[in-house]
Amino acid sequence: MIRVALPYHLSNLAKVGREVAIEVDSPVTQRKVLDALEVAHPTLRGTIRDQATQRRRPFIRFFGCGQDLSHEAADDPLPEVIATGIEPFWVVGAMAGG
Amino acid sequence: MSGVRVLVGTRKGAFILTSDQERAKWDVSGPHFAGWEIYHIKGSPADPNRLYASQSSGWFGQVMQRSDDGGKTWEAVGKDFVYDGTPGTHQWYDGTQHPWEFKRVWHLEPSLTDPDTVYAGVEDAALFRSTDAGQTWQELPALRAAKGDLWSPGAGGMCLHTILLDPSRPERIYTAISAAGAFRSDDGGQSWRPATKGLQSNYELPDPQAEVGHCVHKIAMHPSRPDVLFMQKHWDVMRSDDAGDNWHEISGNLPSDFGFPIAVHAHEPETIYVVPIKSDSEHFPPDGKLRVYRSRSGGNEWEALTQGLPQSDCYVNVLRDAMAVDRLDSCGIYFGTTGGQVYCSPDGGDNWQAIVRDLPPVLSVEVQTLP
Repeated sequence: MIRVALPYHLSNLAKVGREVAIEVDSPVTQRKVLDALEVAHPTLRGTIRDQATQRRRPFIRFFGCGQDLSHEAADDPLPEVIATGIEPFWVVGAMAGG
Repeated sequence: MSGVRVLVGTRKGAFILTSDQERAKWDVSGPHFAGWEIYHIKGSPADPNRLYASQSSGWFGQVMQRSDDGGKTWEAVGKDFVYDGTPGTHQWYDGTQHPWEFKRVWHLEPSLTDPDTVYAGVEDAALFRSTDAGQTWQELPALRAAKGDLWSPGAGGMCLHTILLDPSRPERIYTAISAAGAFRSDDGGQSWRPATKGLQSNYELPDPQAEVGHCVHKIAMHPSRPDVLFMQKHWDVMRSDDAGDNWHEISGNLPSDFGFPIAVHAHEPETIYVVPIKSDSEHFPPDGKLRVYRSRSGGNEWEALTQGLPQSDCYVNVLRDAMAVDRLDSCGIYFGTTGGQVYCSPDGGDNWQAIVRDLPPVLSVEVQTLP
């Protein structure tokens, strides 16, 4: 199982906890994780990736293993500790000043 | 009639304010969808328990919500707003053509007769309709064929913010778009034409009488006389007596004819309300005095309504969708401010009270008159 940590507003919208577990076939990639997340929780479609382009929304970031994975290719394998569920794949709302 | 339900959209959630017909004591529910922008929330005239809400966020995009119990519980519904066919292009800030891109839903207009049918006005400007209670949305693309390639976003974005449904002619629809103008369809949205003859935009357009490009801020009608329309334009308050074929100015003695909302009394079709704002450079009331202006003569002759409203040091704005009326015997007038106040006058504007004072900036106010 892959662990996905959600930001506050998306866990509220999906009516789930701050972390959800989803099944993803190997090799585990960013695209597969997000596809599986949207199948399991359809209300999240369009909130992380633009529905038309499937690109990450500008103020969403993906973190894992202490690194920013936002700019990694969507079809590259994610780190093993995420793929094996040891660490979560973090979906994060970008910081906003003000 | 037993009371009213006021639906308030704000920058940080929705609030529902309820009262009996006295409108003196209020229950406040919310925030619903806390932390999200609620551009608009509106109830179905055919079923007052059916509400639709536009929920959006700069981080997470557009979400649509529906309630079947008057706002006690909500269900996320469809949010696929896909432009019909090849979206095409419109005028961009630099004079080039720019592809249509969906950004958010500004305005929701439920059908007058069918609770499952609802129209949505979106940015970039287009009109969508759902006939399955918000699960799926289809564009009425002919609107963008009305010289859409010449439409250009204003500072607030190229938003479709006004949808008026003619109660006497179900096939007639009006829309208005910021910095594009007003449009009318007589065939249920299959074809459209600009409804701007008589509008004059001396400072905003190189051709002051252009067919499209006028910055219409809001249009209102009284259901008993749907051919009479009242418009708050960027500058100028306007009136049409022939369903938008021709417009003439009715600004009269207003201290400023710039503003955003306009509303019509529920029982007096010639009584209209505006909130003058000093200018497009300074989006606050003239002289720091928050004044609603009422005309009982269909325009030109206006009186300031001040009782209960702040008359010094007030620098809030009232946005285009933030004014509404109820249909109780003594017509109530409501408006919300960017300072977070929602005001009610239970007597047609003579006396005002703040229902709430410290909400997030108010984006929209709608009122349901409950049986």
